[in-house]
This record gives sequence, structure tokens and C-alpha cells, in this order.
Amino acid sequence: MSSPKVTFGRLLLAEWIKLRGLRSTWYTLACLFAVGLGITFLTMSSAGADYASATAAERQEWDPTGLSLTTYIVAQLIIGVAGILVVTSEYATGLMRTTLAATPRRHLLLAAKVVVAAAVAVVAGQALMFASFFLGQALLAGQGVPYARPGGEGVLSAVAGGGLYLAAIALLSIGLGTIMRATAGALATLVGIVFLVPAVAGIFPSWLQGLVTFWPTRGAAAVLATVPDPAYPHPWLNLGGMCLGVAAVLAAAFVVFRRRDV
Amino acid sequence: MTTIDVRGLTKRYGPDTVVDDLSFTVAPGQVTGFLGPNGAGKSTTMKMIMGLAAPTRGSATIGGRRYRDLPVPLAEVGALLDAGAVHGDRKAYDHLLALAVSNGLPRRRAGEVLARTGLEGVAGKRAGGFSLGMRQRLGIAAALLGDPAVLIFDEPVNGLDPEGIRWIRDFMRSLAREGRAVLVSSHLMSEMAQTADHLVVIGRGRLIADIGMSEFLRAGGEGTVLVRTPEPGAFARRLTSAGATVRGGPESSLVVSGLTSGEIGKLAAYHGVELSELTPQRPSLEDAFMELTKDSVEYQGASA
Repeated sequence: MSSPKVTFGRLLLAEWIKLRGLRSTWYTLACLFAVGLGITFLTMSSAGADYASATAAERQEWDPTGLSLTTYIVAQLIIGVAGILVVTSEYATGLMRTTLAATPRRHLLLAAKVVVAAAVAVVAGQALMFASFFLGQALLAGQGVPYARPGGEGVLSAVAGGGLYLAAIALLSIGLGTIMRATAGALATLVGIVFLVPAVAGIFPSWLQGLVTFWPTRGAAAVLATVPDPAYPHPWLNLGGMCLGVAAVLAAAFVVFRRRDV
Repeated sequence: MTTIDVRGLTKRYGPDTVVDDLSFTVAPGQVTGFLGPNGAGKSTTMKMIMGLAAPTRGSATIGGRRYRDLPVPLAEVGALLDAGAVHGDRKAYDHLLALAVSNGLPRRRAGEVLARTGLEGVAGKRAGGFSLGMRQRLGIAAALLGDPAVLIFDEPVNGLDPEGIRWIRDFMRSLAREGRAVLVSSHLMSEMAQTADHLVVIGRGRLIADIGMSEFLRAGGEGTVLVRTPEPGAFARRLTSAGATVRGGPESSLVVSGLTSGEIGKLAAYHGVELSELTPQRPSLEDAFMELTKDSVEYQGASA
């Protein structure tokens, strides 16, 4: 190693050492796959019966890819917890002071955390979505109902889009964790964003309905379907809109992280 | 030689002024005790030196530079701010390795500081299972990673057992002997007496004294002498006529000031008075502290 100096590359390596050394990192990832694939298994096991009782019109809408990816709804919460903990665990233990004493250029530190966590989330998110897709299709094939192949129209786009969606949620969580500085507050906010707002969006005034188009678990998740939803004709634009929102939260996180006393 | 320079440092939280126009210097080669009651602003001052809190006014520099402008912070300043400041699920070695890597220090430093703090046996253990004393050592190991010329310890002996206290005290002394500037805060006056060469005393965020330890003890006034004799009343009158001030001590002893124990002994011998005890008593650091803060408060009151 050359002369001592704080560089972005070294901060990335340091953050990776910190992340990989925690059992919680690996437990959370194990939980992500166990729960994620478990839900896929349960939902797809009964899908054959649903198809058998479906009307002709419903069979037109049959989306084996989208069905096998519905596990994202729960997976986003688990990957979100992992993202939140990247920041809040340092506040909870007081470690943040030690970290910032070693790296007083705070924006570099937070950027390193974001990049490392995003890399892990992209890999984990894509792996989960692909695994879920293949598991789901195998279960459908076993029940003798129409299933999708990786080369099918829109399939790759939907599966990869699901992985990116999960990575974006992880980044949103890092932003929330930085702003809230406490696990409970950040997690409550995340649950509010991905579950509660979509659930009550119907009673929002019309001028807020546009936001739903780009909201997690709503419009932004349209990218996971292969049968186009007439409400969201350009699903990648919806996901892009959510990513802009995530970027805004992260920008706010950088501003407060640089300013606040620790 | 690196020094810490604090100039006109002020911190306000809303209407509360926690640190008020504080100026002092921490010199290399000695332990500077940073003394004050709980809530005096010691931790806040240390955080401002470390760039963890932003001053409302004034500056704190290390070797002439602000903390956040240090190119390799760990190689210039080592700090123990909070013993619990380690993730309990992380192994001691990983904790130190990540810090070393972030500053581009050689990886072997993690092992070296573990050895210097006597933790090499638990390098692969997770810090959550450490006792307070071991956590304290791990924090000190982290502070030593970059072999810094300046060390900052915030209440390092809080909650430690006597063995741990002695270890930290000796360790700080040896760091100062190596030519480093050591700033250590405490609210215990007695602790400082055995550690510090120089004292910076604050109260309510204001500087009360910036003074050498020996001078500080002298400021507490002369010592007294405890005298026991079978005829305290008669001897007290002889002492008073010799110019001493006498007051009654515990168990009908006499507490004498204004004469040395040698002079009192001669006086007793001259008058043929039997003495059962003749003990010089140094002023305690607490006494000196009270004396000093009393004067400072009066001085501040008069000048305001």
C-alpha cells in the first residue's frame, strides 16, 4: 500500500470490510432469500388452480413472469432493513463518531456507504428476482399451466427491472436511515412509503394521484409485469420517476449528514 | 511537535451557551488534564476539536490546521471519545482493519495496536462480548492506529476497575513521555493529580484556569499540620502566641496552619509538651479546585 491518504477507493474497501464482517449482513441476506423464495413457492403452488378456474378474459391477462415476482412486495422490506442498518447501526453504537474522526470528509464517507450497499443490493436483488422467476416457472410447468421462458417477450426486462427496483429501495432506505439516524424511525417511514401510502392512495385528492404513478408498490412496480397494465403504458418511466424520488431523498441525506453535529 | 490550539471557541445550542469563548493550548510531551464538573462542556469542546460538532464561533486547530483539513486524520490525532463506540457484532481486528484501510495505513497496524493494548488474544472475538475495560482498550488501540502525535481521551477511566484505571493512567503517561500531546478529560480531581502535568479547568463552558499542576496545588494554599497532644487547650494557646492559626480537628486534635511541622515540633520540645501525633497535610486537589474556582467566580463577577 502506498502513502497513507484518504481516498474514495480506500473508503469503499473499508466499508466493505465493515459490512462483510457483520453477521447481521449475512443473516439479512439469508432471510431475504428464504422469505422471498418461500413466498414465491407458496403463491405459485396454488397458481395452477387459479388458472384452471379462470375465465377466458382472465387467461388473456395471465402473466406467469409477473406472478413469480410478486415476492418483491415483502423482499423490498427486508432489503430496506439492510439498507437502513448500514447507517443507523453506526449511530446506535456510537461508532459514527469513530468513523467520522477517521473520515472527516463526510460526503465521501456517505458516498462510499451508498456505493457499497448499492452494489450488494443490486447483486442480491437480481439474484433473488432471477431465482424467484425460475422457481416460479418450474412450479407452473409442474402444474401443467402456461409458463414463461427467459427468452420470452418482456421477461428479461421484467426480471431485471425487479432487481433494479429492489436496489433502488435499498438506496431509499440508506437515505431514510441517514436522515432519521434511528432504525425504528427509518423503518416506520419505509413501511409507510411502501405499504401504507399505496394502501390509502385511493382516498388522496386528484392532484396527488399523479404521484402514485411513480410510487413504490404502485406505478414504479409496473416494470415487473410482462402483460402491460393500461394505467402504466411505459413502466420504465414509472421506475425512473421513483429513482428520481430516491435521488432527492439521498440528496437531502447528504445535506443533513454534512451539517449535523454527531 | 504538534499542539492543539483552541481560540475563542464557542458553542450554542439554541439559547444555551455550552462552551463560552474558550481558549487554551495543549502542548506536546505532557498530559493536559481537562477538568470540570459534569456538564461543563468538556465533551462538546472535544467534539469541536475533532470536527464532530461545528463551533458557533472561534476555532480549534491541530498543528495549525482544522481537523477536517487533515489529509490523514488518524496519523495526526487519535481519539477515545466513547468506549462503546464499536459495533458489538464486529470482530476487534475487523474494526481496526477498516479504520486503518480507510486512511491508507498499513494493514499490519491493526495487529500492532492490538498487541500494544494487550488485546492480541481477542483479535478474532466480537466486541459485543468485551468488558468495559476491554472496550476501552480497543478504543485506545483505534486511537493509536496511525501513531498520532496528538491524543484525545474523553473520560477514559469512567466505570473502570482499579486495575484498568492504573493501566490507562500509566499508558497516558508513557504516551506523553514519547513526546505526544495528550488531552484527557475528567470530572474527578483526584484522578488528575496522578496523571496530568498541566490543567485546563472549565466550568459552565468558561475557562477557569490554565495552569501547571504544581502551581495549581500551591494555589490551594499552604498545607496544615495535624497535631495530637494530651493537653490540646494549653498547647493551642502556645501555638497561637507563636503566630499560628489553630482550629479544632477530629477527636480533640488540632489543625494548625502558619507553622511547619518542624517549627511545631521545636515549640513542643521547648515547652516540654508531649505530642502523640504530628502530621503535615498537603492540600487536596479538591481543596485547590474549590479555592481556585471560588476566586475565578468572584473575579468574573467583578469584571462583568
